[in-house]
Amino acid sequence: MNIVVCMKQVPDTTEVKIDPVTGTLIREGIPSIINPDDKGGLEAALALKDELGAKVTVLSMGPPQADLALREALAMGADEAVLLSDRAFGGADTWATSTTIAAALRKLGFDLIVCGRQAIDGDTAQVGPQIAEHLGLPHVSYVSELEATEGAVTVKRVFEDGYQRIKVKLPCLLTALKDMNKPRYMSVAGIFDAYKREVKVWGLADIEVDQDNIGLKGSPTRVKKSFTKGVKSAGKVYEVDAKEGARIIVEALKEKYVI
Amino acid sequence: MNISDYKGVMVFAEQRRGTVQKIAYELLGVGRRIADTLEEPLLALLVGHGLPDSAAAELIAQGADTVVVVDDPALEVYMTEPYAKAMTAAIERYKPGIVFTGATTIGRDLAPRVSARVRTGLTADCTGLEIEDGTRNLLMTRPAFGGNIMATIVCPEHRPQMSTVRPGVMRRLERDDSRKGSVEKLAVKIEAKDKNVEILEVVVEKAAKKNIEEANVLISGGRGLGNLDNFNKLQGVADELGGLVSASRAVVDAGWVGQDRQVGQTGKTVRPDVYFACGISGMIQHVAGMEDSDFIVAINKNSAAPIFEYADVGIVADINKVVPALVEELKAAKAAR
Ligand SMILES: Cc1cc2nc3c(=O)[nH]c(=O)nc-3n(C[C@H](O)[C@H](O)[C@H](O)COP(=O)(O)OP(=O)(O)OC[C@H]3O[C@@H](n4cnc5c(N)ncnc54)[C@H](O)[C@@H]3O)c2cc1C
Ligand SMILES: Cc1cc2nc3c(=O)[nH]c(=O)nc-3n(C[C@H](O)[C@H](O)[C@H](O)COP(=O)(O)OP(=O)(O)OC[C@H]3O[C@@H](n4cnc5c(N)ncnc54)[C@H](O)[C@@H]3O)c2cc1C
Repeated sequence: MNIVVCMKQVPDTTEVKIDPVTGTLIREGIPSIINPDDKGGLEAALALKDELGAKVTVLSMGPPQADLALREALAMGADEAVLLSDRAFGGADTWATSTTIAAALRKLGFDLIVCGRQAIDGDTAQVGPQIAEHLGLPHVSYVSELEATEGAVTVKRVFEDGYQRIKVKLPCLLTALKDMNKPRYMSVAGIFDAYKREVKVWGLADIEVDQDNIGLKGSPTRVKKSFTKGVKSAGKVYEVDAKEGARIIVEALKEKYVI
Repeated sequence: MNISDYKGVMVFAEQRRGTVQKIAYELLGVGRRIADTLEEPLLALLVGHGLPDSAAAELIAQGADTVVVVDDPALEVYMTEPYAKAMTAAIERYKPGIVFTGATTIGRDLAPRVSARVRTGLTADCTGLEIEDGTRNLLMTRPAFGGNIMATIVCPEHRPQMSTVRPGVMRRLERDDSRKGSVEKLAVKIEAKDKNVEILEVVVEKAAKKNIEEANVLISGGRGLGNLDNFNKLQGVADELGGLVSASRAVVDAGWVGQDRQVGQTGKTVRPDVYFACGISGMIQHVAGMEDSDFIVAINKNSAAPIFEYADVGIVADINKVVPALVEELKAAKAAR
């Protein structure tokens, strides 16, 4: 079985800080990590490899530094790594990102594609289902358990109010939740080895894709502006009886549209 | 694509097991405001099988001008491809300029699939939606980077402008049974090949036991509640607001609740839309875990308690008197709607 895991390198947002003067994100010195849901997906793929034998390829689109995330995956046990990197891919929204990644997947070939549910920076959860659409594949998102059967996979698909157990024939795409497992550590030998192995770098010339559909130009959405939520104005404190206090709270919640 | 061919706002009226979900009415609330600004119609798309007529009537009472019903046995339980086919057919038939879907585990599965199919943009998890003066484009504002950054996104050259909208953010309209609207059936052929996955089992759980880090509303209790009985009464407030109960370390140390509910430096870092600090002093180790909450309500009998420095609304009163009054007030607010 050929499994391709799509991985995004992301800043560790639990450490992201906002510059109080400029109000922008401070990225310097923030460690980059493999997006947590993607790491869960990678672990699930490696577990299938251990169990049944499979070739696991990791694929990432990003700047040259994303090489690091791919090497971490190699050190965990992935067999091959491909980095999609080209200025022409830059500024892409999820539509253009998924179009570019889908083109690379066509070239790679696959039985099973595993994405994360959601990247912790962009936070959209859109790229996985959109890749599946571009490739004309069935997909199942929010996967928390995965089992391979003959020519198919059986998964647990989570909802707010329950779950479904779904069987889907290969080829297909899944989006994984980080809670589905506990990713293994890199092995020491793996780390040594990972730095000797090749991470293939593919640019625009290496994939078949319409230039009008990628990068900033191919993106239907635009970020018009971004801003921080702004410093809170000082709150109000009321010395009142319990009933009046309750009324004030409910009014405030109404204003906040909570009720 | 000729942008001027696309008119009106369409909202996806998500239903589960025949019950239209709250998010559908919230989408109608924001959809009505946008449609009125544009002076264009508001459509609700209701997809399912054998849904009662009352479902469409309720959507009209809560703001829809037209309810488009797609009915097929294959649409009874949510499955991506048949639903994507239904929504795509509705977009092709009605050509809405704007499509809203709830940012639920269904909406966030369906909307990206459809947006890729109709080659348009999709903005995720929006918390603000406005029409831009002049261009009449939709301004879609959403949090990213775990809520550290807000971004306003536009989709100027493609239609429809699609977004998923975070549940619990938009306000629904007052229902009005005298509102007039129409119901139209849209025939969509779902073929065997569209059922491209096999659902083996459907399990419904009562609101899955949630992690306090994921809750939108947290009612957090401290030592000031005095005893376990009083602490347990916070659940009444949590139930009214669809939230969870959390705690300070003093309460966890007292054994009133498990450590998985502790907020703070040695507990969990939370960032709910609303955080209630009930009888919590606001020591720095506690504050470290909750100060980024969107809206903080503090109730403490000591007006000098440090928690008030972080609160958006502070009430100086006996927490054990405020809790029952609050439950009553919340019930009254709900009944009035
Ligand atoms: C502040 C801000 C807001 C934005 N809002 C939107 C928006 O609302 N709509 C929109 O279309 N675009 C938006 N974008 C652009 C979007 O973030 C990028 O297109 C991004 O590359 C992919 O989206 P994501 O991070 O949300 O990934 P998600 O869709 O959350 O990622 C899901 C999965 O897809 C795979 N994947 C995603 N990206 C890659 C990659 N580069 N390489 C390999 N695998 C990958 C991973 O498996 C990942 O877990 C926004 C960008 C910014 C900066
Ligand atoms: C290394 C370290 C790590 C820590 N980590 C954490 C942590 O992760 N989380 C955490 O919470 N704490 C943590 N603490 C403990 C922290 O310092 C405080 O001791 C703790 O938060 C106090 O909990 P409290 O606010 O419930 O109780 P108290 O500080 O005792 O406050 C009780 C409050 O209730 C008010 N009150 C009393 N009666 C009433 C009434 N009838 N009505 C209304 N108000 C009333 C009082 O005015 C007072 O403000 C840590 C401490 C250390 C040293």
